[in-house]
Amino acid sequence: MTALPEGAIDCDIHPSVPSVQALMPYLEDHWREQVVMRGIDELNSISYPLNSPLTCRADWKPAAGRPAADVATVARQALDPFRTSVAIANCLYGVQLLFSEDMGAAFARAVNDWMVKEWLDKEPRLRASIVVPTQNVEMAVDEINRCATDKRFVQVLLLVSGDTPLGRRHHWPIYAACEKHGLAVGIHAGSSYHNPPTPVGWPSYYTEDYVGQAQAFQTQLTSMICEGVFTKFPHLKVVLLESGFTWLPAHLWRLTKYWRGLRMEIPWVDRAPGDIVRSNVRFSLQPVDGPPDQESLLKLFDHMQSDELLLFSTDYPHHQFDGNAALPDGLSPELARKIAIDNPRATYARLMETVG
Amino acid sequence: MNEIRSQATPEVTAASKVGIGDGDIHPARKGPKDFHPWLAKRWQDHINEYGSPGRQGWQVGPAYPKSQPNASRRDAYPPEGGRPGSSLEFMQRQHLDANNIELGILNPLGSGQGVQNPELSAALCHATNEWQLAEWTSKDNRLRASVVVPYEDPVASAAEIRRYAGNPAFVQVLLLSRTAEPMGSRKYWPIYEAAEEAGMPVGVHAFGYGGNPITPGGWPSYYIEEMTGHSQSQQAGLTSLVIEGVFERFPALKMVMIEAGFAWAPSLAWRLDKHWKTLRSETPHLKRLPSEYLREKVWWTTQPMEETESPTRLAETIEWMGWDRLIFATDYPHWDFDDPAHVLPMKISEEQRRAFFMGNARKVYRGCAV
Repeated sequence: MTALPEGAIDCDIHPSVPSVQALMPYLEDHWREQVVMRGIDELNSISYPLNSPLTCRADWKPAAGRPAADVATVARQALDPFRTSVAIANCLYGVQLLFSEDMGAAFARAVNDWMVKEWLDKEPRLRASIVVPTQNVEMAVDEINRCATDKRFVQVLLLVSGDTPLGRRHHWPIYAACEKHGLAVGIHAGSSYHNPPTPVGWPSYYTEDYVGQAQAFQTQLTSMICEGVFTKFPHLKVVLLESGFTWLPAHLWRLTKYWRGLRMEIPWVDRAPGDIVRSNVRFSLQPVDGPPDQESLLKLFDHMQSDELLLFSTDYPHHQFDGNAALPDGLSPELARKIAIDNPRATYARLMETVG
Repeated sequence: MNEIRSQATPEVTAASKVGIGDGDIHPARKGPKDFHPWLAKRWQDHINEYGSPGRQGWQVGPAYPKSQPNASRRDAYPPEGGRPGSSLEFMQRQHLDANNIELGILNPLGSGQGVQNPELSAALCHATNEWQLAEWTSKDNRLRASVVVPYEDPVASAAEIRRYAGNPAFVQVLLLSRTAEPMGSRKYWPIYEAAEEAGMPVGVHAFGYGGNPITPGGWPSYYIEEMTGHSQSQQAGLTSLVIEGVFERFPALKMVMIEAGFAWAPSLAWRLDKHWKTLRSETPHLKRLPSEYLREKVWWTTQPMEETESPTRLAETIEWMGWDRLIFATDYPHWDFDDPAHVLPMKISEEQRRAFFMGNARKVYRGCAV
């Protein structure tokens, strides 16, 4: 196990909404009434089945209820043991699955206000991502503008699979707002399930859905590069969260080969895909979906051609490693420091404003 | 504009002195009437009146306009006229003779696979198979055929496989990767059962018309995204085959993944192993690590060959997969053709070279061992 430097910045932890009741104080009257009248229960998506061995590590599981549901538990399990200086909370609540734009916007507002009051105000080591109703881009931008005044929001959170690919031009007002406010765009594993979770339809097993998240990330990286997002927004930082990263070299080889052959179709892409990734795209560390042996992992890092791409994460409370072994074996102290501290600081502009 | 260069004069180059196997050659019809000898009048009329659409919107042509007419090399049009790939004589001269191809696997496209009407799909696939025998394999003994099956109707597909099980001209079963359900789904098991029984590998070529968007996040805008996306579709298909337990159920089944790259295979194997170890209570029918099924049951054709910044990285990637997993392919006559003289940028052993260019193909395709 590689030693984790003190003061690491954990770029992906997941506080849970304990129940819809917890959001009630943050919902407007109309929606509070709707929750009661219509019997709206939990909005937890199938991306993380409550009791699956991946959703929560056994030693982090509470006696009852959802994991990571209060700030004291998160501090004790996710922050103290790793001597974390800052952790970015990415709340995975099924806001993006709703088909109603209005309801999506209402629940996004409630989740963000709940995040401020129940988490950020109580634990100075926490930062958070803004949950947005991707169902409607104008509403998403409104929510970004509303939350951006609080500098503890450092990122906007999108799910990797929605209705249309994230590079498509109708999403661009979201990226313009992010660039304006100095927010990163965090794209997290998960789906609105408005499309089948694989390019070949609905799978039979959860394992396929989870493994397949890596393919979803590959297609979104393709989309954002090919549509010219980074030509239009050269300062935008996009962070792929819980994406895995070992697929990156092979994906870039393929995409670059086609870019050479087909760039007449996308002439605005004026840099090789690998150059774009190295300047604008980052990856959270966990899960390390990598080779079992240290030597191969180091070769893979060479294939990635940069030591600036990875950002430390535990993916707490998801089960990606045991004990405190959040960094894979065999990293040099220099690389460990880059992943744990330097790379996150270079990625999240707002961390520098609020941490110094 | 891309510059159009004339190809090298057809002569055997030094690099191609080893006899070469080509796992992906696309024979084309001269015209729609080529299939008529094997297509009932009813279906000829049906196509005339209603067409033969797959699950996409255009009456003819691909979902995304290709980069070249017929996605073909500009120099591959036969001098006597007709589409690239439609003249055996020109294919022999331009490709088989020039590149020293001793074994060429035919993968016909646009052959009724994925056509909405299941009976028409079956009729067109059958006509394609007879056409391969009459116009190609019987005229050049370097060529071998694939049993083209209407895979969305697996029972009809199994019957088609059994029809040719005794014919040595057919060496694999051909599917397209954009299936309507993930490839490991029980629906498709009759295909694997019949292929295993016939001793044929199942080749899975990029493309197809399952009706699902090519990304889990919806339809992309560009042809380059679709082309790049075939690798994600094939990764999803392989994930399904492994996790559903198809390789446990059909232990002699072999799969050949065609024209969607291969360098992604190590990462997919690592990811499957990592998460299967956590989630294995869901799939007690799997007796081994997912990577072991990939390592033993799956082969990849090479074109379009991944091009790495340094040859070492390509060599390391192939080492992770094993040199016994790759089957060289050109994709003749398509625009992204790989030339055997230039495809491997690094020094490799003679044993690796022989496996890559021929040995693996002879082991995988039915009846091709010498």
